[in-house]
Amino acid sequence: MGLSHDKAEPLLIVDNLEKVYASRGVLGTRKEVIALQGVSFAIRPESTLALVGESGSGKSTLAFCLACLERPTSGRIIFQGGEITALDEEQQRAVRRQIQLVFQDPARSLNPRFSSLDLVSEPLLVQGRVNKREREDRARTLLAQVGLPQEKALQRAEEFSGGQRQRLAIARALALEPKLLILDEALSALDCSVQAQIANLLLELQSSLGLTYLFITHDFAMAGHLADEIAVMERGKVVELGAADRVLRQPEHEVTRRLIAATPRLGATVHAPQVG
Amino acid sequence: MAKTMANLPKLVSPLLQVQNLHVAYVSRAGQKSPALAGLSFEMQPGETLGVLGESGSGKSTLAAALLRLLPANGKIESGAVLFEGLDLLQAEPGALQRIRGARIAVIFQEPSLALHPMIRIGEQIKDVLAAHESSSRSAMRQKTLQLLGEVFPADAASIAECYPHQLSGGQQQRVLIAQAIACGPSLVVADEPTASLDPSTQQEILLLFRKLREKFGLSLILITHNPALLAGFADRVLVMYAGKAAEIGPAERVLGSPQHPYTRALLQSMPSEIEGHANQRKSKLAAIPGEAPNLEMLANGCRFEARCADRMELCTKREPAVVNLGESHAVSCFKYGE
Amino acid sequence: MRYFLHRFLQATFLLVGVSLLTFLFSALAPGNYFDEMRLNPQISPETVAALRAQYQLDRPMPVRYVRWVNSLLHGEMGYSFAYNSPVAPLLWVRARNTLLLTVIATLMAWALALPLGIWSATTLGRLPDRALSGVTAALLVIPDLVLALGLLILAVRTGWFPTGGMVSVGYENLAPLQKLRDIALHMALPMIALVLSALPLLVRHIRAAIADVLSTPFLRAAASHGIRRRTLLYRYALRAAANPLISLFGLSMGGLLSGSLIIEVVMSWPGLGPLLLEAILARDLYVVIGGVLCSTIFLVVGNLVADVLLYLADPRIRTEVTAR
Repeated sequence: MGLSHDKAEPLLIVDNLEKVYASRGVLGTRKEVIALQGVSFAIRPESTLALVGESGSGKSTLAFCLACLERPTSGRIIFQGGEITALDEEQQRAVRRQIQLVFQDPARSLNPRFSSLDLVSEPLLVQGRVNKREREDRARTLLAQVGLPQEKALQRAEEFSGGQRQRLAIARALALEPKLLILDEALSALDCSVQAQIANLLLELQSSLGLTYLFITHDFAMAGHLADEIAVMERGKVVELGAADRVLRQPEHEVTRRLIAATPRLGATVHAPQVG
Repeated sequence: MAKTMANLPKLVSPLLQVQNLHVAYVSRAGQKSPALAGLSFEMQPGETLGVLGESGSGKSTLAAALLRLLPANGKIESGAVLFEGLDLLQAEPGALQRIRGARIAVIFQEPSLALHPMIRIGEQIKDVLAAHESSSRSAMRQKTLQLLGEVFPADAASIAECYPHQLSGGQQQRVLIAQAIACGPSLVVADEPTASLDPSTQQEILLLFRKLREKFGLSLILITHNPALLAGFADRVLVMYAGKAAEIGPAERVLGSPQHPYTRALLQSMPSEIEGHANQRKSKLAAIPGEAPNLEMLANGCRFEARCADRMELCTKREPAVVNLGESHAVSCFKYGE
Repeated sequence: MRYFLHRFLQATFLLVGVSLLTFLFSALAPGNYFDEMRLNPQISPETVAALRAQYQLDRPMPVRYVRWVNSLLHGEMGYSFAYNSPVAPLLWVRARNTLLLTVIATLMAWALALPLGIWSATTLGRLPDRALSGVTAALLVIPDLVLALGLLILAVRTGWFPTGGMVSVGYENLAPLQKLRDIALHMALPMIALVLSALPLLVRHIRAAIADVLSTPFLRAAASHGIRRRTLLYRYALRAAANPLISLFGLSMGGLLSGSLIIEVVMSWPGLGPLLLEAILARDLYVVIGGVLCSTIFLVVGNLVADVLLYLADPRIRTEVTAR
């Protein structure tokens, strides 16, 4: 499972990204919120970068900017060698196929009344694959790939368990054969044993489909397990970036150390408070 | 008046005894969905019991059932909940009202939803006090600020004036904790108190629980799906699966050398320790195959049998009884006896 | 503050618009007050023409509108042809009578609807709730007219209540306490009719709002603290259910002048309703416009009051407004 593309071009390069939200106060005063500041990193193809941070650190804003759902205020995003930040709406549509998002709460991101088959074929419909037969076949293949039994194809999303819904969300994200999958806290709302199942699924899909992941989380344990590299964010900035091993064994930044110390672990001694 | 472990009366009987509790949810059409199917366990005063359960295990139903706060379609079918000798399930409404909040406090999930959106924090705490004490307004105001001071090291007074939506998730959770300890209960039940919080906030809340438990001699039930939270925090751990108890025992034993196949599989499915071995990175986790069972459609036999690595012929025939493994460690599994 | 300025401006625009439309429709409809007179052979056409000129009904419409607005700004609302007097004092007396009736009826309706709605919500699906739902459904279906007539029949048959008007003959000679009793007796039937017609809608809305709140997590959390049932219902549940109910209250207020028309007419209560009806039939232009304008003012004020109350009641709206 090694990284065989050491010399390959990074799939995604983020260069000095900034995102500022401006709002008008009551008397016309401007209020600025700096969500992202000077964010730079790169992701190699078929690898996983974990983005760790607490709420308010800007992780989700970054995810939205990368998925072309938000326009950054300044900076560049270079995907597969081409800059995508300056593209217009039409061109961005083409890029969006390649970068897909999976959210934390499948209950809110999936229409509960749709059947799983419909949910998974919807992106195909939207992107213009008109042939119904083709769509259904592809949808069924996807359901099988994520481990959902075919009997459930016509069941409505609301009847699925949390883990099954997340599989559904992943199947839906894979419908357009993306290169990069952004998982925004995709495992955080699941039970521990279900997290293990979905983590395994993600690893399998990565090797069989050659996917690249940006895994956003606040759980260092899972980040350490799934990622090749880890970036730590705080208040809109990337404060640490490096190989997963290195970041976990020898954290350099104070925020990283604090977050690692705050991660609950099974082997804790009885009375020691876990303040690092 | 801090109650420490030292000056608690020496009770011979346990603080809480749940005996064969059966709870189900009934739909409009009359269809029954069991949530607890004969749960039994005991708890001693001054103890911290961790209840470990995933979705579908019935853990949240347990929290609600203890004080008879199930939703309208929930029905307690049989069983007993003995608290300090009194069966809560048979108690008169008046007696129950006096116990709720004053002797047993429950902190439900989702702090953002557990506070009234239009009443100030200070008022909401005062309401808890007013329900059980009849002090003067200024005395209650004093006590409110004191309670807020226990959970907020600074700005207690300004928090009291805020509305819930002006507080962060962690702050809201602290307010719930202040409400829970307001009338000095003997038992506090917290259902997933850290589920929606950041890791450092999570840690702060757990530290707060530790501090309060020391200071007031509280008995605590912490319900969670994450075993790592209970390590180093709980004295004993009860593992729930499909509405029943799978295993119960001292925390070090249940988490360190689990005997029930489910507990073992659950703990093994977690990613290895952070400083763990590099060659385990990106390897397959030992996930438990399959899904939690649908309690409406259970066949005979052990509930975990379909997903169990150690299943035997006997496991499909009937449900295992509780086997005592000594040192207050018990397990429901045929591997250890019939 | 900007929020309220905005609403106030909106209200003013609304009033101007309504006044224009009312004026337009009344004046555009064929015929006028003096048509009746023309039919009378004893009055010469010249007299009619002269009268028309005197009342300026022969001027073009924009001119009449402007003159009317002008006089409005001076505190006068035009002239009634039928009563041969300025409109304002006429309206004032009638409006006062209407308000006497409707304010008390509204308060009574709410006072009854609240406990009934709450009771219904707490016994949702069970007998008390189903019985009440049946009764409110029946009341909703029965038209106001039928209700009023039914009550009148009751009055006639039993002789307990007077069957019309606001005061008895010889009212002026009564002692103050007896005057009060007299009015109260006369008011009883129309008030009962109004309360019965308003009650079902109120009860249903209150029931729905409270039932929603009863299943919320914070109510369960409050119950878990041992907060007593009464406090739970009235302090916690009602407050949380306040938003839709305040809007409803605003509507109730808005309908104070206009909602009782049919009942007033049928029961001969000397309020705005019968006056307006007569004026429409007689083409008494300025009375019609004045009456409609009054009702509109109440409606608009009612909504504005609801907005203010909503702002005060829900801290989430308050902080959202200031944070913008």
